[in-house]
Amino acid sequence: MSIVMKSGEVPRYNANERVTHWVVAITFILLAASGLAFFHPAFWFLTSLLGGGTWSRILHPFLGVVMFVFFALMAVRYWKDNIIQPYDKEWQKRLSDVINNRDQNLPEIDKYNIGQKQLFWTMIVTMVVLMVSGIVLWRDTFGVFPVTVVRVAALAHAIAAFVLILGIIVHIYSAIFWVRGSMRAMTRGTVSHAWAKHHHPRWYRRVTGNTK
Amino acid sequence: MSMQSLAVQKRSATTTTPPSVRVASEPVAKLIDISKCIGCKACQVACMQWNDLRDEVGVQHGIYDNPVDLTDQSWTVMRFAEYKSPEGKLEWLIRKDGCMHCEDPGCLKACPSPGAIVKYANGIVDFNSSNCIGCGYCIAGCPFNIPRISQKDNKAYKCTLCSDRVSVGLEPACVKTCPTGAIQFGAKEDMVARGAKRVGDLKERGYQQAALYDPAGVGGTHVMYVLQHGDKPDLYSGLPTDPKISPWVSLWKGVTKPLLSIGLGLAVLGAFFHYVTRGPKDEEPGAH
Repeated sequence: MSIVMKSGEVPRYNANERVTHWVVAITFILLAASGLAFFHPAFWFLTSLLGGGTWSRILHPFLGVVMFVFFALMAVRYWKDNIIQPYDKEWQKRLSDVINNRDQNLPEIDKYNIGQKQLFWTMIVTMVVLMVSGIVLWRDTFGVFPVTVVRVAALAHAIAAFVLILGIIVHIYSAIFWVRGSMRAMTRGTVSHAWAKHHHPRWYRRVTGNTK
Repeated sequence: MSMQSLAVQKRSATTTTPPSVRVASEPVAKLIDISKCIGCKACQVACMQWNDLRDEVGVQHGIYDNPVDLTDQSWTVMRFAEYKSPEGKLEWLIRKDGCMHCEDPGCLKACPSPGAIVKYANGIVDFNSSNCIGCGYCIAGCPFNIPRISQKDNKAYKCTLCSDRVSVGLEPACVKTCPTGAIQFGAKEDMVARGAKRVGDLKERGYQQAALYDPAGVGGTHVMYVLQHGDKPDLYSGLPTDPKISPWVSLWKGVTKPLLSIGLGLAVLGAFFHYVTRGPKDEEPGAH
């Protein structure tokens, strides 16, 4: 597949994809903040974000549904790009080089590296756990479940949220601070040729038809 | 309601010392002697009257229990159980259900809202409804299935052990009204002694398994029962045999809470120090 290039840029996400991502991102921030507030008193101040404890309790589940639905759209759109390939495993063997920014001669990977792919599958699992357990905890809308089910759901919700937040911390750090030139993919929709060639050479060849 | 005049021993979702300078009053307890209860429900009426509660008039379910369950408006209900003993004797076991005021309250452990649940130094566990956010975690935390969330305001309610009356030296309304003396109130120590004496009497009269119900699994309770069949609390409309805070709740609100919180903090710090030590990743190393 070959795409006509605009002046020196490689398209990575169209407007539709970017909006979907940012709906998930914004709802995630609000959910993580209000959820952490319910989890530990050290985070209680975060209830202010949604207008206090009671408003946080009311809004949190609705935001959760929005995040789940929009993430589902992303899951449908990207699952094929996230199947783990043999070259991803090779790339993973050099993880310490990646972490230490020694990127020379890394195995050539496609649109996503294995870290991104693992985050994708982790998000699918945690989102489903959060949604299912969230329904159990959403008592003013879904009524009362057996108390043991509620207890297990509360624990599952906390653990899944922890895993998700941990993954997103890595995601945000990598996209905004660590891997320079990534952020514009989600803000403007394009990346530079150099970025694409360096970080995702297989993908670069695939979308540009450029074999160099 | 939280009483300003009572010292607080535990406060929900709070990691600092709760207001506790007052000379701690001695632990109190309510003793419910089931062998003396005649099921007149005067305590239910007194509870409604003192606390200004008026439950909806329900329907007759074909049993004496009325209302049939605790609600946001009915903080205590009589539960009637018919029991046929092995000797063929029919017994009517009538238990006044309501908050047990645990020494280690599961509701308070589960509550995420600072100060929505307090435990006073005298042992009373009280809901401060103005701090309640209506999440229902107290219900998940409670080993006795007591708190109820109102449909009207989405706040949790339950027996206060008349903390407002106790704070000015009065006994709870149900105690005051009980015509048979089946409900008594006083220092926990005295109530335990009185309960033990009554258990002795019952044993003399043939109830070999009579016992005082003050379950150790929740650190003891500030509402205790004298049971004729102390070996089978379950006979009394499902009174738990060995109540304790569910291990799921202990995991959720115990170790996980600090552990996962620290984990997230470390992840953020880790990212920051990675940036400080390794720096950003450029397309061509050193290009920026």
